[in-house]
Amino acid sequence: MDGDSNGIARHSLSLYVANKPGVLIRIALVFSRRGFNIDSLVVSATEDPRFSRMNIVAIGGRETLEQILKQLNKLVDVIHARDYSYEDVIQKELALIKIDCLPERRAEALQIMEAFKARTIDLAEATLAVEVTGSSEKLDAFELLLRPFGIREMVRTGKVLMARGAETT
Amino acid sequence: MSDKLLTGAEALVEIMIEEGVEYVFGLPGGSAIPIYDALVGRNVKLILTRHEQGAVHMADGFARATGKVGVALVTSGPGATNTVTGLFTALMDSVPLVVVCGQMPSWTLGLDAFQEADVSGITYPCVKHSYLVKDVADIPRVVREAFFLARSGRPGPVLIDMPKDISGATLRDIGHSEFHLPGYSLPREGDQAAVAAVAKAIKAARRPLLLVGHGAAISGASREVRELVEKMRMPAVSTLLGKGVLPESHELSLGMLGMHGTAYANKATVACDLIMSVGSRWDDRIVGSYAEFCKDAVKIHIDIDPAELDKVVKVDIGIIGDAKTVLGQMLPLLERGDTDEWVRQVARWRREYPLAYRKEGKVRAQHVIEELRALAGDAAVFTTDVGQHQMWAAQFVGSEAPRNWISSGGAGTMGFGLPAAIGAQLGRPGERVVAIVGDGGFQMTLSELATMCNLKLPVKIIVINNHYLGMVRQWQSMFYDERYSGVDLEGNPDFVKLAQSYGIKAYRITRPADVRRVLKAALAHDGPCLVDAEVEKHDNVFPMIPAGAPLRDMLLEPPRRKLDKPTGGT
Repeated sequence: MDGDSNGIARHSLSLYVANKPGVLIRIALVFSRRGFNIDSLVVSATEDPRFSRMNIVAIGGRETLEQILKQLNKLVDVIHARDYSYEDVIQKELALIKIDCLPERRAEALQIMEAFKARTIDLAEATLAVEVTGSSEKLDAFELLLRPFGIREMVRTGKVLMARGAETT
Repeated sequence: MSDKLLTGAEALVEIMIEEGVEYVFGLPGGSAIPIYDALVGRNVKLILTRHEQGAVHMADGFARATGKVGVALVTSGPGATNTVTGLFTALMDSVPLVVVCGQMPSWTLGLDAFQEADVSGITYPCVKHSYLVKDVADIPRVVREAFFLARSGRPGPVLIDMPKDISGATLRDIGHSEFHLPGYSLPREGDQAAVAAVAKAIKAARRPLLLVGHGAAISGASREVRELVEKMRMPAVSTLLGKGVLPESHELSLGMLGMHGTAYANKATVACDLIMSVGSRWDDRIVGSYAEFCKDAVKIHIDIDPAELDKVVKVDIGIIGDAKTVLGQMLPLLERGDTDEWVRQVARWRREYPLAYRKEGKVRAQHVIEELRALAGDAAVFTTDVGQHQMWAAQFVGSEAPRNWISSGGAGTMGFGLPAAIGAQLGRPGERVVAIVGDGGFQMTLSELATMCNLKLPVKIIVINNHYLGMVRQWQSMFYDERYSGVDLEGNPDFVKLAQSYGIKAYRITRPADVRRVLKAALAHDGPCLVDAEVEKHDNVFPMIPAGAPLRDMLLEPPRRKLDKPTGGT
């Protein structure tokens, strides 16, 4: 294209796909061909064993993403692919964060955790592992506050989302 | 069916017969032996090719010439990887193919067994859909789905990877299969409100233009296109693959637009106030600069593939649907607007800027092609390779019907012309099939001369021989200070002797005076033949729009000044 008048933003997609081998790579190829980086990807079982749900978070231009959605919908194994970035949906993510935490700083850590409704899942002499659930933005904020402790390790599930009310995702 | 068990391979062949397959193109190997075995004595003709790329292009030429699904059957590993170019070619041009690859036994997959390749992984980007069969019981469903997917909607190649233990296992019967394709839907009618809006917009336009693409040919919309053009007095341009949907001799046909299109087609495209594409995807070869293309015109797009809408050209009205169906909905709503002055203007351009070439000196490729078209007649099927000869053929081979012009468009695959002609001739026996090829592309697949010869197919091959990779040479001459790099085809064989060694009748054209006489003799020859036309080495194709430039920057003749390097790709 001559120009890309294409605001860059983070997009949350939900795909309902056939539970078949190869479906993940077909989907990943649509993103990689356009040079789109996938930030997070969750593939999971659904209420129907013949299908899987995928939640993908990717950063890129809006127009490019619209094209990607059309190309995803074109795949034979994709039942539907939708962008939920601009809709009010239920969104959750879970993170496990392991920080350096000597006994004298535990109280401080627990105070932050309480504000975020985070739970201790492993406590050792010099470390503390925490589980936190919430929106991706909440997790970002939580991570930021834990940084001064020294984050040894972090793993996040990636965002999962679900439409509200009687609507299906 | 009796109580006898069938093998997976037999089930595959049984369903091919059920699907109406007449020809299977391919080359066997260890993993495909059970399938080749199942073909013995069955009512499907096996065409043994010399290379798997040739097999897929033959299936492709067969499909384009007939509208049926082309079928190729190859073995695992290199047999399968050799099909990649053919798959890509078919995908880019929406050609219905089913390509079956033998595969090593399923327990060896991923273990680097002999001739074991991740064929699914290698081919994902080159297929409409693909299958790796892991249970013999799935074969009937998979094969039926493959044919359905290949030919329905926007057609394309479908690959079936068939491990040897699966093709060799047995099943009770092929019965009836429930498809499992919940993610695949076919468009029905076009949105009626949008169709009505288009009818209104065309009526209001003073300078409307129809852009006819391959989709119109695939959907069989010739009659509707012609009715539309005549009813609205709306001139039409076509893409390379839309040639012939509207007969090019029609007074309102302006021929091909784009990079090497006719001057009058491009002038009309620049000047129109409405352009409606039916089954084209606004390829960069026809659009030039996306920012400048028909900037002030109303743009309408009819396409069966939703992913094509607003992909590269943003349109005012887009309609998702099959070309024939949507035009059928539109025709009763159309009322003629006032296009008289526009039609007169377009006719003036046609008179003022005809396709032309220099006739003095050595043999001119355009001369050979123009004469060939005249002698071969309106009903002949032409295939081409890719490069200068292809563009000259697009200009000088007026096409009167769809499926009479077979060329690799989107992929631009050199080596396509000869195998495609073989497939076309098998699909259209008794009709005249002519392959116009360049000396470069021809050498990529000329091993298929043996296939052609063995089948005694009366294909006429015309080699436009300029001893160069001419299109690249043209670019280097125009945009790269004549620094020729990698374009001189020194070492070419003597094509006449080469053909003769296969037992193919061969002729040579070296002087302009030979052209008519030799072509006449070649076309009259009852059997395969080849004409080596030794043409002027340094001719370039004009008109030309440098890649990425707006259509108004069209060059009608060799420029006198040095040109900047094009901004668009190749």
